[in-house]
Amino acid sequence: MTNSTIDLDGNNKGTDASASPGSQSLARTPLFDMHVQLGAKMTPFAGYDMPVQYGLGVMGEHLHTREKAGLFDVSHMGQAQLFPEDPDSDVAPVFEALVPGGIISLKDGGIRYTQLTNQDGGILDDLMVTRFGNTLWLVVNAACKSNDFAHIAQLLAGKARLSVENRALLALQGPLAEAVLKEHLPAVADLAFMQACHADYEGEKLIISRCGYTGEDGFEISLPNEMAPQFASLLLANDAVAPIGLGARDSLRLEAGLCLYGHDIDTSTTPVEADLMWSVPRRRRESLNFPGAHKISQKLSQKLDRFRVGIKPEGRAPAREGTEIHDMNNNPIGRITSGGFAPSLQAPIAMGYVSAEHAAPGTQVQLIIRGKPMLAHITSMPFVEHKYLRTKS
Amino acid sequence: MSKKFTKDHEWIDVEGDVARIGITNYAQEQLGDVVFVELPEAGRQFQQGNDAAVVESVKAASEVYAPVSGEIVEPNTKLEDDPALVNQDPTKSGWFFTMKVSNPDELNDLMDEAAYADYVKELG
Repeated sequence: MTNSTIDLDGNNKGTDASASPGSQSLARTPLFDMHVQLGAKMTPFAGYDMPVQYGLGVMGEHLHTREKAGLFDVSHMGQAQLFPEDPDSDVAPVFEALVPGGIISLKDGGIRYTQLTNQDGGILDDLMVTRFGNTLWLVVNAACKSNDFAHIAQLLAGKARLSVENRALLALQGPLAEAVLKEHLPAVADLAFMQACHADYEGEKLIISRCGYTGEDGFEISLPNEMAPQFASLLLANDAVAPIGLGARDSLRLEAGLCLYGHDIDTSTTPVEADLMWSVPRRRRESLNFPGAHKISQKLSQKLDRFRVGIKPEGRAPAREGTEIHDMNNNPIGRITSGGFAPSLQAPIAMGYVSAEHAAPGTQVQLIIRGKPMLAHITSMPFVEHKYLRTKS
Repeated sequence: MSKKFTKDHEWIDVEGDVARIGITNYAQEQLGDVVFVELPEAGRQFQQGNDAAVVESVKAASEVYAPVSGEIVEPNTKLEDDPALVNQDPTKSGWFFTMKVSNPDELNDLMDEAAYADYVKELG
């Protein structure tokens, strides 16, 4: 018995050599010792030695996060601050030239999900952008971070200054996340989904963002490396909190219908094919002043040969990344880009790309699993309802 | 006859000319929660080392190889409805299939229980 497919390779396309798995020395996050002490199974991911699962196992960790609260070490992700070169100006309009999202419209403490696009409209990475005054706080994917930061620094040279921040990043996700976190940081109770604030904790500045990658309510906490082990232990001391590895992080985000860069989106997909145009406001679609805007605008009026959809296999067999999708007449129409088993549904789920005429929810398709056609149908996403806290009274 | 083991973490238990095959406790621990098992039909022929079954956890799919050559007698269809049996009882009720052994000499290639225990210890 040997593993033939591992979904957690972190081997995203466009990665620089230093961040590829199998390289001689893997980087460690400030919580490495804690992961080992907690009995984590470690795996190379985006150049880091990361916990794939702890004692509860992927299924148990996944369900724990949906029921209570899960603590994730996401310190491998890239964090940076962007300042305007002229301190009296706003950096938002400068950065907006690199992404299709609405950045200048962000209020203080507001968070936006957007993408860095290339001249063809292809997605270089997806990221979270938060406004603090006239500066922006960026959180990007681990496997892309060195390329992203080089790209931003180069294109914004003379207009903005990028400060890459070597800090820890924890995510606390799940229905009990607020109750757990506000014991230590009362300010978090005032945040709604996609809002962030600074909080002082033992003399250090933390950045708390109410967002995540699980579909649950929850927070991401950026903090100094030295403080991370103690703060993580403090959260884990609460019975409601369990440590969660990359295995459950992947199954949680798939149930939530969220894209994994390098798998569901990459430079061959624009936000149009990727069904991410909800993150592009009308103002940006009309002004067309971001990389690849004209390509993206053209695609909006074309019949697409690839469109990202949710897929529900009708049997029990999971359909993994790379699985070919056929129409009911056995013609190839696309491929699965993320697929596995949904612990919350106790059934397989997947996302992938099919041609536009097959993208309507309910459309019957066949998945070719180990040479055999298996029935499935296109479905809307998320697979599991989002529980974001949209407004704060 | 006592159980024999492969380097790929299958166990095989031979009685007469029929062998029962499954995966080891070490294998199920490495896999994590098993969510799907695909079994060979009765009558199918396999050479030693061929892919004979598939076992999938939340995060990965793995092949189960035929530890020896032979013909499938009976797949354990209980696993199709209750794949978690592989985790709960890998060496007994979580067996995968039985097969008619065509070349008993191939059993000599496999490890006995003590050798397998040493092998797993080395894997850490």
